[in-house]
Amino acid sequence: MAATQAEADIHLDGVSKRFGDMTAVDDLTMSIPRGSFFAMLGPSGCGKTTTLRMIGGFEDPSEGKVFLGGSEVTQLPPYKRDVNTVFQSYALFPHLSVERNVAFGLERKKVGKAEALKRANEALELVQLGHLGKRKPAQLSGGQQQRVALARALVNRPRALLLDEPLGALDLRLRKQLQIELKRIQQDVGITFVHVTHDQEEAMSMADTIAVMNGGRIEQAGSATELYERPRTAFVANFLGISNLIEAKVTGDQRVATHDGVALHAPECAGLIGDVQIGVRPEKITLILDGEPVPDGSNVLRGKILVAAFLGVSIQYVIQAAGGEELTVFAQNTDGTEAFGAGREVQLVWKPEHTFVVQRG
Amino acid sequence: MTIEAPPAAGRAVEEEIAAPPGRGGSSRDRLRHGALAVWSALALLYLFIPIFIVVLFSFNDNQGRFNFTWQGFTLRHWTDPFADPDLARALVNSVEIALISMAIATALGTFMAMALVRYRSRGRSAIDFFVFMPLASPEVVLGASLLAMFLTLNINTGFVTIVIAHVMFTVSYVVVTVKARLEGMDRHIEEAAMDLGASEWTAFRKVTLPMIFPGVAAAAMLSAAISFDDYVITAFNAGQTQTFPLFIFGATRQGVPAEVNVLATMLLVVVLILMGLNVMVQRRLARRDRAAQPA
Repeated sequence: MAATQAEADIHLDGVSKRFGDMTAVDDLTMSIPRGSFFAMLGPSGCGKTTTLRMIGGFEDPSEGKVFLGGSEVTQLPPYKRDVNTVFQSYALFPHLSVERNVAFGLERKKVGKAEALKRANEALELVQLGHLGKRKPAQLSGGQQQRVALARALVNRPRALLLDEPLGALDLRLRKQLQIELKRIQQDVGITFVHVTHDQEEAMSMADTIAVMNGGRIEQAGSATELYERPRTAFVANFLGISNLIEAKVTGDQRVATHDGVALHAPECAGLIGDVQIGVRPEKITLILDGEPVPDGSNVLRGKILVAAFLGVSIQYVIQAAGGEELTVFAQNTDGTEAFGAGREVQLVWKPEHTFVVQRG
Repeated sequence: MTIEAPPAAGRAVEEEIAAPPGRGGSSRDRLRHGALAVWSALALLYLFIPIFIVVLFSFNDNQGRFNFTWQGFTLRHWTDPFADPDLARALVNSVEIALISMAIATALGTFMAMALVRYRSRGRSAIDFFVFMPLASPEVVLGASLLAMFLTLNINTGFVTIVIAHVMFTVSYVVVTVKARLEGMDRHIEEAAMDLGASEWTAFRKVTLPMIFPGVAAAAMLSAAISFDDYVITAFNAGQTQTFPLFIFGATRQGVPAEVNVLATMLLVVVLILMGLNVMVQRRLARRDRAAQPA
């Protein structure tokens, strides 16, 4: 978001899209820096695909402007925009061979047919399908079709590549493998990738910058670490990973009190007033048995263990806090001791800097 | 024209086959299968006897003006089937009308189907209704109202008005056929073509048309066949122009020349060849499309 418009590859300025009464994208302004791997993350219906389609030229914004590399393209049709899309359904041309599919864009640019086929086969090599150029798309597996779609877009050397849930139709194992491959290809070719997904893990593992979308707006944008460690809204806190959220009030400088009156130290609450929610990630909490000493300056809540599940690498506890809410705690299995049993009274202890605060929604 | 077994009959056959053996014993099953076979044979016979008679009587050595009783075998009608210049003229007219109206209706109907499937315009359901109307309304009504229109507009009826009339009602068949095909097509495929630098027209030519081609070809053949075959609407709007159906209908009043049977037989052969080709093409394309489903 820090990128200025001049160095931004893709810039949206106050873009809205309405379908009848429904607002799919609501006054969205964002910049995507050149060469970055940018993910738009959100639940279905949050406007992420519509935003991508407006960048690609498949939807006209109801309001606002779209810029590519500094020049306005709001009214240009897709074939006059220097971006290429990888569709969720791949949208390969079933009547053309794989290499003709990949050469399609080059042929439109009046690259000679021989040259187009040569470059198409090079692009297929890049996605490790060099040997399948003569086949029809239907003769390939889903993962292979996905790579053809990728090669077909990349071969045109677009300013930016738009990926609309490109891995959504694949099974988990293949998805993991292609995530790594996509990241590698992006680093190799060095062009901007804009990736739309509802899979938070996919976004976090690949993207430099993630924009979390909800209700047609960007809730928060930043690196995976920023979004995870310092979510600014309850929606972001819940959408990325598991959060323990507790109703609270700001009582003073860096001080909050939970709804049941426990005073906590929250360095991140600057600027917020009144009713808030405080949160802490499950792996940041240490459990200490009731009555045992806790480190000085820690935030402490009391609770009772409801469930203790041994997962090997960690132990997952569900704990009923004194205030009534159920909190999740992951305890790393570092020393191989027995888990605390259900029913034990414990103290939930964490460092104040691991507390995040969001305005109550 | 896609050649399909009547759905009801097809289902009956499947049920017969799917019926579990055992209950009622195999002899009863055999009886049921036998009865079905006889029934099917009778139905087919019923369908094909008239055609068989037409072919047979093209070889009838008939005396006089009528060709209704068998009087012996001859090839004389086959030696010069176009002897009657009016008959030949009528046949040529029909072929020309069929081809011209096919070309116009196919082009027009294909683009209408595109518009109806791809664009969500306000009047879409109204247009859908109007496209469907010629299929549902009686031909007599269509023919009469077209004639009334031509008379009001002071247009002399003849070759051109026949073509106009035929385009008008065959275009509905084209729209319905092509629409079905388009609705089954992933619209992202067209978007992908435009994304890769193809203008709307190039995307249509290079991607959409090849993909909907089976539907378009079927629609074209259907409209040509309907145009060639039409009597009622043509009769209203033909003026002095004779078409093949009009000629035959007129001729039956004074006696049907056996040349009609000869030409009908020739047409039958042509149609059979076309149908065979159609089935082959459709099969090949169906195989391609079936395979096109992502795994």
